[in-house]
Amino acid sequence: MAEWEAVIGLEVHVQLATASKLFCGAPVGDATGPNQNVDPVTLGMPGVLPVLNREAVELAIRVGLALGCDIAEHSRFARKHYFYPDLPKGYQISQYDQPLIVGGGVWAAVDGAERFFELTRIHLEEDAGKTIHSSSASKSFVDFNRACVPLVEIVSEPCMRTAGEAVAYLKALHQIVVAVGASDGNLEKGNFRCDANVSVRERGATQLGTRTEIKNVNSFRFVGRAIDYEVHRQCNVIESGGAVVQETRLWDEAGGRTRSMRSKEHAHDYRYFPDPDLMVLEVPRRWVEEIFEALPELPRDRRQRFEREYALTPYDAEVLTQTVYRADYFESVAAATDDAKLAANWITGELLAALNKDGVELDAGSPVSPEALAEMLRLLIGGVISGKMAKQCFAAMYAQGVGPSAWVEEHGGQITDEGAIEQEVQRVLDANPGQVSAYRAGKVKLLGFFVGQVMKATRGKANPQSVNAIARRLLDA
Amino acid sequence: MSADALLDRSLTEQVAALRAREVTSAALTEAALARIGRDNPRLNAGITVDRVAALSAAAAIDAKRSAGAEIGPLSGVPVGLKDMICTEGLRTTAASKILDTFIPPYDATVAARIRSAGGVIVGKLNQDEFAMGSSNENSAYGPVRNPVDETRSPGGSSGGSAAAVAARHCALTLGTDTGGSIRQPASFCGVVGVKPTYGRVSRWGVVAFASSLDQVGPLTATVEDAAIALDVLMGHDPKDSTSIVGAPESVAAALDRGVGGLKIGIPAEYFTQGCDEEVAAAVRKALSTYERLGATLVDVSLPHTPYAVATYYLIATAEASSNLARYDGVRYGRRAEAYSGLADMYGRSRAEGFGDEVKRRVMLGTYALSAGYYDAYYLKAQRVRTLISRDFARAFERCDVIAAPTSPVTAIGLGERVADPLQMYLLDVFTIPASLAGLPCMSLPCADRDGGGLPIGLQLIAPPLQEGRMISAAAAYEREVSHG
Repeated sequence: MAEWEAVIGLEVHVQLATASKLFCGAPVGDATGPNQNVDPVTLGMPGVLPVLNREAVELAIRVGLALGCDIAEHSRFARKHYFYPDLPKGYQISQYDQPLIVGGGVWAAVDGAERFFELTRIHLEEDAGKTIHSSSASKSFVDFNRACVPLVEIVSEPCMRTAGEAVAYLKALHQIVVAVGASDGNLEKGNFRCDANVSVRERGATQLGTRTEIKNVNSFRFVGRAIDYEVHRQCNVIESGGAVVQETRLWDEAGGRTRSMRSKEHAHDYRYFPDPDLMVLEVPRRWVEEIFEALPELPRDRRQRFEREYALTPYDAEVLTQTVYRADYFESVAAATDDAKLAANWITGELLAALNKDGVELDAGSPVSPEALAEMLRLLIGGVISGKMAKQCFAAMYAQGVGPSAWVEEHGGQITDEGAIEQEVQRVLDANPGQVSAYRAGKVKLLGFFVGQVMKATRGKANPQSVNAIARRLLDA
Repeated sequence: MSADALLDRSLTEQVAALRAREVTSAALTEAALARIGRDNPRLNAGITVDRVAALSAAAAIDAKRSAGAEIGPLSGVPVGLKDMICTEGLRTTAASKILDTFIPPYDATVAARIRSAGGVIVGKLNQDEFAMGSSNENSAYGPVRNPVDETRSPGGSSGGSAAAVAARHCALTLGTDTGGSIRQPASFCGVVGVKPTYGRVSRWGVVAFASSLDQVGPLTATVEDAAIALDVLMGHDPKDSTSIVGAPESVAAALDRGVGGLKIGIPAEYFTQGCDEEVAAAVRKALSTYERLGATLVDVSLPHTPYAVATYYLIATAEASSNLARYDGVRYGRRAEAYSGLADMYGRSRAEGFGDEVKRRVMLGTYALSAGYYDAYYLKAQRVRTLISRDFARAFERCDVIAAPTSPVTAIGLGERVADPLQMYLLDVFTIPASLAGLPCMSLPCADRDGGGLPIGLQLIAPPLQEGRMISAAAAYEREVSHG
């Protein structure tokens, strides 16, 4: 039997984080109800005209620059025609033969190795509204809140071979568009959604097989599952003597399968032509340079810098650069404690574990501020509290919002006075003569017992290293 | 002078009388409404009359004037707008059944400019449906009759706008010109009609026919009146991305410049192609008047003229097929009462809502943009359009303005060409080229009407943004023939 290889290309629609729509002043964002964020332009009323939103162009250029693309000095908007009730004008204003952004690519880690996935193009376009089919009445409803909202469509080359690669690509892309502030990347709201073009061919073949397009999958997990299913389905079709039909398929998450939505015979002739209501989009070099200068450090650059500058493990660097806030948080704590490794351990360990348990991401609303964590770590470094106390202190900070110094005030700091510790050790030795004899007869493992007793007696406040050393010295004397 | 008698005078004279408080805006508006009420059942120039709002706007202007406040250059004169121009709160139909009930929640920029200049909008004027036609016989509200000869067409598509000026309902109306829709009816009705440079007047709120060609302009009884109106209408509008940036020079200020030393280009192509001898003779006579006034006549050639009509009917229909896609019965306008399913709803709503000519052009345009045909039709038409623009650019290296007939014929009889769309399309053979080139152009009456003949239009075409030069040439001729 032949060995099959999948060929996957992705088209990702990313909603740009503008205040108003792509071609009018209607607001973008959460609405109080359907058809609130609309105006005559959104609704495609007679005689209205589009005016391009400069902020949307800037955000698109940010994405393009972050992905190493070329920004076209001249690009053009085109009308893409089809009839559907949620498309107000009977056409979508998009870009066709002259997109704003071409080339570039996405670096993503696949099974621990960095891979580069090439992009074909990125273009600006307006979103459509939303049709809501009522189950009871023979009626449908349309909500135009989304209509005319700015999107970039990011089109990859057919350069992926596995669902895992596709998911890694999507995660890296998502991280970048959010990091540069171009989008909130909200998957639940559909602000980052993916269509996958999938075909299979015999391994080694150079020609592409017939592809299907899987529409509108809006979670990383579902994309992986949908692609895996579709590759499997196409292999089965071919192996059982059939041919893959070029068509659009929908991912049915409940059924765990893709199903046919429309075939090529029903494919639209979109009748693209340049939109005569809009001028050629001129992007001066100087503007591109300004946008480039203002770009934040990109996730991959930051990750590599963290490894280099802070000697973090690749894993820690990866975890700490997942979001811009995490990375900023880390750098702030690292700077305030002068111990990056300790900061990284506490953030990736205690802090993220606690947040993860609560199912929330580290952000400005998180219970432990970087300043508070740094303060606590400074107490730890200075020996005011022990590692064990630090964990107790952190738990109180996380759960009750207690400040580190207040906690120390209440619970007392670590006992580091050697004389005081020696007194405590001596007291424990005196109270346990049997164990002392056993230790001295060779049962050296009992050291832990004595240390434990001392810690218990001091309610954990004695410096464990000192306790250890002093107990050993007294026992071995 | 009575308010009614003042209606027979020019816009300039009406403004003067209002400023001198010889008449109130309310009285003049009332008189205009009375004339409209008297004539409209016969002429059918208007679709919607806005009596209450007009009288209240006029009263407000009168009150402002009484209070000593500054009134804009239109001073309270009644103005009619072609029904392509959206008016807030006032039905705007584009003469189509599909928009029969449409009341815009916004003013077109030109409507807002008329209002803020002190114009009183009395109503919405008849036209060909979506401005598609050359005889005003494609209106869902019936044809308009030409006030000069009521058995004849007023031309189109701005037939109502030209007829309303010719019948002296209003001294100023606005039309739209895509391939000649202001100039040709102005020619048929014996009035002045101007299409400014593409981008000079905002298209915001003007129902789109062919976006790369559509332009609003004034129709008036005199050239001076047109100049006053142009100064009100022209100017940058941030709501229209194709609007030209920068403030235009005053056209009215150019009125008295004269034509001494002006080089007038005469394109041979415009005196051959099916041009009536009577029309050609009248235009030649006007040209000799220009020579007498000190202008020089220069022969120029516009060799791609024969391809203009075909080019236009590809580009304009392609854009129209796209622009009219929004009339789907979903959000506003007409929806078929009975239908089964979405496709049927679209099909029936559009079948019932659109007239034959609109359907014809939507189908032509859809075809021209279809996969596999785009390059051969739409793209090639755009290339020819560039050649036509280049023709004009070359001609303007040798002359300052171009003069030619507006229409090859005088007003056609109602019903004369309705059965033959191609013959109808050829009525625009002389107006289409300047539209494709986006140039400022106008028609002014040049027939010797003493013998009771029909009006004939002299067309002037100027280089981009040279409305002032064009208007000064038109004004010089007008002064000569009215005083001579």
